[in-house]
Amino acid sequence: MMRFLATIRIALRALRRNKLRTFLTMLGMIIGVTAVIAMVSIGNGAKSQVEGQIASLGQNVLSVFPGSLSSGGARGGWGSASTLTPDEAELIAREVPGVVGVSGEVRDRQQVMANGLNWNTMIQGESPDYLSIRAWGLSEGAMFSETDVRSAAKVAVIGKTVADQLFAGNDPVGETIRIRNIPFKIVGVLTSKGVSFFGSDQDDTVIIPNTSAMRRVTGRQYLSAILIQASAPKEMARIQTEIATLLQQRRSGREPDFTVRSQLELAEAATATSRTMTALLGGIACVSLLVGGIGIMNIMLVSVTERTREIGIRMAVGAKGKDILLQFLIEAVTLSVIGGVIGIVLGVGISKLLATKMNWPALTSVTSILVAFVFSAAVGIFFGFYPARKASSLDPIEALRYE
Amino acid sequence: MNAIIEIDGVHKTYQTGDVQVHAVRGISLRIERGEFVAIMGASGSGKSTLMNILGCLDRPTSGRYLLDDIDVSDLDRDELAEIRNEKIGFVFQGFNLLSRTSALENIELPTLYSSKTISAEEQRRRALEALELVGLKDRADHQPNQLSGGQQQRVAIARALVNEPRLLLADEPTGNLDTQTSIEVMGIFQKLNAQGITIVMVTHELDIASYTKRNVIMRDGQIVTDKLVADRLNAEKELSELREAQKAIKLS
Repeated sequence: MMRFLATIRIALRALRRNKLRTFLTMLGMIIGVTAVIAMVSIGNGAKSQVEGQIASLGQNVLSVFPGSLSSGGARGGWGSASTLTPDEAELIAREVPGVVGVSGEVRDRQQVMANGLNWNTMIQGESPDYLSIRAWGLSEGAMFSETDVRSAAKVAVIGKTVADQLFAGNDPVGETIRIRNIPFKIVGVLTSKGVSFFGSDQDDTVIIPNTSAMRRVTGRQYLSAILIQASAPKEMARIQTEIATLLQQRRSGREPDFTVRSQLELAEAATATSRTMTALLGGIACVSLLVGGIGIMNIMLVSVTERTREIGIRMAVGAKGKDILLQFLIEAVTLSVIGGVIGIVLGVGISKLLATKMNWPALTSVTSILVAFVFSAAVGIFFGFYPARKASSLDPIEALRYE
Repeated sequence: MNAIIEIDGVHKTYQTGDVQVHAVRGISLRIERGEFVAIMGASGSGKSTLMNILGCLDRPTSGRYLLDDIDVSDLDRDELAEIRNEKIGFVFQGFNLLSRTSALENIELPTLYSSKTISAEEQRRRALEALELVGLKDRADHQPNQLSGGQQQRVAIARALVNEPRLLLADEPTGNLDTQTSIEVMGIFQKLNAQGITIVMVTHELDIASYTKRNVIMRDGQIVTDKLVADRLNAEKELSELREAQKAIKLS
């Protein structure tokens, strides 16, 4: 142990003797590790942002969209069929086990007026389940009720953006908003949900009972979509099939004119994308670590040649091969580990800077720090071993004679 | 007590490219404890090769070498390193100190590789003791480039002594020194020898050899002469005479 500590001291002394060279050699490692930490932080940040946005869509959500409608050979796109009905939404709620919430959705853009101001926004006809499906809360007031839906009541819950645009800081609850000149009473204001995964402002909306939307606003008898919430993620695949079967039965033999999508598919695709990005960034950064390691090996080889005589002296006074091996190995590992630690500090610093100054969602994980540290030590051992081996196998007589 | 060095029919051949060099051709030599031997010879006489074998830096191609009753002829690299560390002190022509390392740290070097555990304080104490022995206690923190050649060689001698070896091997220890410092170094050797350390040195200077007790002369890898020194010089006496002479020159 004494001997090991002494060897560490010798190695550190040798590194101190050539400060500039030591620093330049470390620089390779510093840049490598900094890159790894910063890149992985950015990748992780992007991933967690995507995950957050997906979570804001609601949990365990399935959607049924109308399919394409063909008439006289011309095929309309998705959603052109007008076949999803409120009955079907009720049927799903009644027949499919494991469904905890259903909302038949009607969407339409309309000009709304209130308070002498007007604003173009999305009118959503929904059921009261909508808020729990989307995991959305109210900042003021309350959601309309099942009774309101049955009576097609003229009540509305408005989003934050609409509230800001039309009421500018005043409490809108109890006020009236006119949609297509029909007055709706505002019963609640939604909390802010921000920009959606698809880039639209989720708060720019007015939610009314779907019955009211169909009878009073759109005048149509079909739904734009049916949103379904499953009790658990593992139920989703089963529920997806059951809904498809149920709806297909009603269409007895006709081509399916609807599609059932699971939010899981979206989440999986999105996380796969960001995982690929993280891997790519990490891969690029690892290459720079490799380059840093080669730099260490290069300098260690130069150092062994340069210090051949020193090695000879040490061997003459009794240093064994393993003492010399250890000395040079410790030098290499010290270079890489100190470089790695500086790199970690810089990498975390850069991530923090990006997060605060540029609003990038950088997320530094303890794992990436640990991995970077272990990796840099491993680089030192791997690239230091060959030069150290070379030093330890020198012949003492030859080494002493070396000029 | 047996002899400290006993070699019997030692041969050493090198392969340099296509040429086989037969550097040592069947040498037998016995050196008793407390001897002070000079090995002499022209370059190429095989004295350096013999010295490397004696110093356990090299192994004989054939023959037997007993060092302090241990047969070292067929020990491996690590075992030889241990023998060098425990039993032998080296002094080289070119001093071979570690540059940019203080005298004290240079002297401590052999203690770092000792198979016995020596505490840092004990290392320091021993190094200071050795430094005192060669009269350089006040230069402990100086680096080799801040010391004169004679001082550097004294640091090297202190390094050779720090592990209290049985045998001191010196390869042309005065080769890079002027006359006066050469005599000073020989003075240190004579003092150490008087304390009981066996010294074997290689030199090609006759006057330096006459400070020793026994001269072995080699030619073509063999010993041609092996005789005791008849009128041995005393370094202290020679030094004071030298100083007198210098004074006389200054006065005139």
